[in-house]
Amino acid sequence: MTTGDLLGKILQVVMGLAIFAAIIGLLIFFIDKAPKRGRDYWQLAGFLTPALLFLAVGLVYPAIRTSILAFQDSGGAWTFDNFIWTFTQPAAIRTLINTIIWVLLVPTISTAIGLAYAIFIDKSRGEKYYKVILFMPIAISFVGAGIIWRFVYEYRSGERDQIGLLNAMVVAFGGEPVQWLQTDPINTFLLIVVMIWIQTGFAMVLLSAAIKGVPTEQIEAAQLDGTNAWQRFINVTVPGIRGALVVVITTISIATLKVFDIVRTMTAGNFNTSVIANEMYTQAFRASEIGRGSALALILFLLVLPIVVYNVNILRKQREIR
Amino acid sequence: MSSVAPADLPVSKDKGSIEAAEEAEYGQKPKTARVKQRLTSRTATIVSLIIAILWTIPTFGLFISSFRPAELIRTTGWWTIFQNPGFTFDNYAEVLLSPSSSSPQLGAYIVNSIAITLLGTLIPLVLATMAAYAFAWIKFRGANALFIFVFALQIVPLQMALVPLLQIFSTWLRPMQAWLHDVIPIIPEQNYAPVWLAHAMFAMPLAIFLLHNFIAEIPGDVIEAARVDGATHGQIFFRIVLPLATPAIASFAIFQFIWVWNDLLVALIFSGGTQDVAPLTQRLAELTGTRGQAWELLTAGAFISIVIPLIVFFSLQRYFVRGLLAGATKG
Repeated sequence: MTTGDLLGKILQVVMGLAIFAAIIGLLIFFIDKAPKRGRDYWQLAGFLTPALLFLAVGLVYPAIRTSILAFQDSGGAWTFDNFIWTFTQPAAIRTLINTIIWVLLVPTISTAIGLAYAIFIDKSRGEKYYKVILFMPIAISFVGAGIIWRFVYEYRSGERDQIGLLNAMVVAFGGEPVQWLQTDPINTFLLIVVMIWIQTGFAMVLLSAAIKGVPTEQIEAAQLDGTNAWQRFINVTVPGIRGALVVVITTISIATLKVFDIVRTMTAGNFNTSVIANEMYTQAFRASEIGRGSALALILFLLVLPIVVYNVNILRKQREIR
Repeated sequence: MSSVAPADLPVSKDKGSIEAAEEAEYGQKPKTARVKQRLTSRTATIVSLIIAILWTIPTFGLFISSFRPAELIRTTGWWTIFQNPGFTFDNYAEVLLSPSSSSPQLGAYIVNSIAITLLGTLIPLVLATMAAYAFAWIKFRGANALFIFVFALQIVPLQMALVPLLQIFSTWLRPMQAWLHDVIPIIPEQNYAPVWLAHAMFAMPLAIFLLHNFIAEIPGDVIEAARVDGATHGQIFFRIVLPLATPAIASFAIFQFIWVWNDLLVALIFSGGTQDVAPLTQRLAELTGTRGQAWELLTAGAFISIVIPLIVFFSLQRYFVRGLLAGATKG
């Protein structure tokens, strides 16, 4: 990087800031100076238009366009070939199966560990520090996490000392070192471990807050009735945190369906580890198969759809109550 | 990740503010002391300790390794640090300062990450705050339906938007970038604008939803009083809403900061991948592909990329947790 480059970059940021500030300033100026007649509508337009414009250009139009592209071949003729390819090619089918494995395992295991941990540390000494430890991976990028775990899974052949923790443990217990990331099907599960490592903290923080919302009186009452800890957990705590559990599971499910960076950094989808989001990138941007990429994106959308419809329904009910 | 959870978390309901959650989060009420002893058994402590250790070891190993000489990293495990001692800053010097073309030269990419994150956070924050205000306090027909539509847009996976948005950018934005390069040669033809705009666009649904939840909870009397006194919406927005919504804005800003900083997908598609624009994550992902065995570079590089969001995370953790508890996460 030369000084000129750095100067150019700083200049870009300054210009970006200036242009953005100017646009917003002008907008606010006109909002306040809007004509008396229909003033509220002018002001409304001023506040809302930029955001809606961004949404239209960045999400609404592209989503429609992608849906169309999914049904076209490279020449623009209508076809189902992209979907036929997705559901018949062994590699593509494997991608779908992997995605299903991911979305079955990650939300359940992260939520289970997160919940157990939240309950175990609840009101214990040093709770705050326990929380931070589990929560920290959230701030780490998937790329960073990928490198961290690639290092854990690192393989050294034969008699050489293992530098990856996992193989070192295998060898210490008398086993043969394994090329974890190249070995199908264990590699998919090892990638899933990384995602669980990241998501558990999120589950834990939300569930922990929900647990504290369960009235102590209820738990004490259950205790007086002679229930044991497990019964109290199932009959008092779990119903009390149902809302939070739903939130956690749906959120992690959506995140898992879209997982891309982990697969990209750790195996790039090789050795039968690809998932839909990664395959979409590979097809559309590496292999220039726009149609196939779009079809995969559309499938991803359809998988996420029911979860969000469910969330939207909850939201609508909440807003009706208000 | 990109989704939101509107479901009723008990925490953000009572007292109508997040303060209650904070209290529940960290407060230790004396009356629970008795229950406390019975609930925390020894097994629970041991299990949680094991989980905590399991969760820390991978990062710890990376951290230790990044300070070991390359030769030692290659031949011995980091847990043997006491048998094979060695400490060096060479790895960091190599990835950051070395001008040799075979080294990662992360300096330029760090600048890019900062530049991208700065406006990639600011633009959606401002626009979404304005929209959230309109949804919450300007009455118009169809407001509810439109708001739910915006919320529902979160389902659109980034993947759906990438191809068409890239086409839009190359049709409309590219000529402007080329023109700018002609006028000011030190700004490369491939500049930050597409990445900024893409991040801003993708952040919008979640940002509007989150900020709306906070802004809608500002007491109506305050806004009404200002209206009666003849304040315009512009004045109300700046004088009343912005100051009152600062905590919410801060917590979303941290979210967006960490998300943009950690992003790989948007960067891969819109940055062009050169030193001119590509952020740290993209460079690291590339290195794992090309120099996958150069652990002295990867460990140091990864740690550099981790450390900035971690600092933000640890220093502003309370806001971060608040944002989460408001019922959202994204990605």
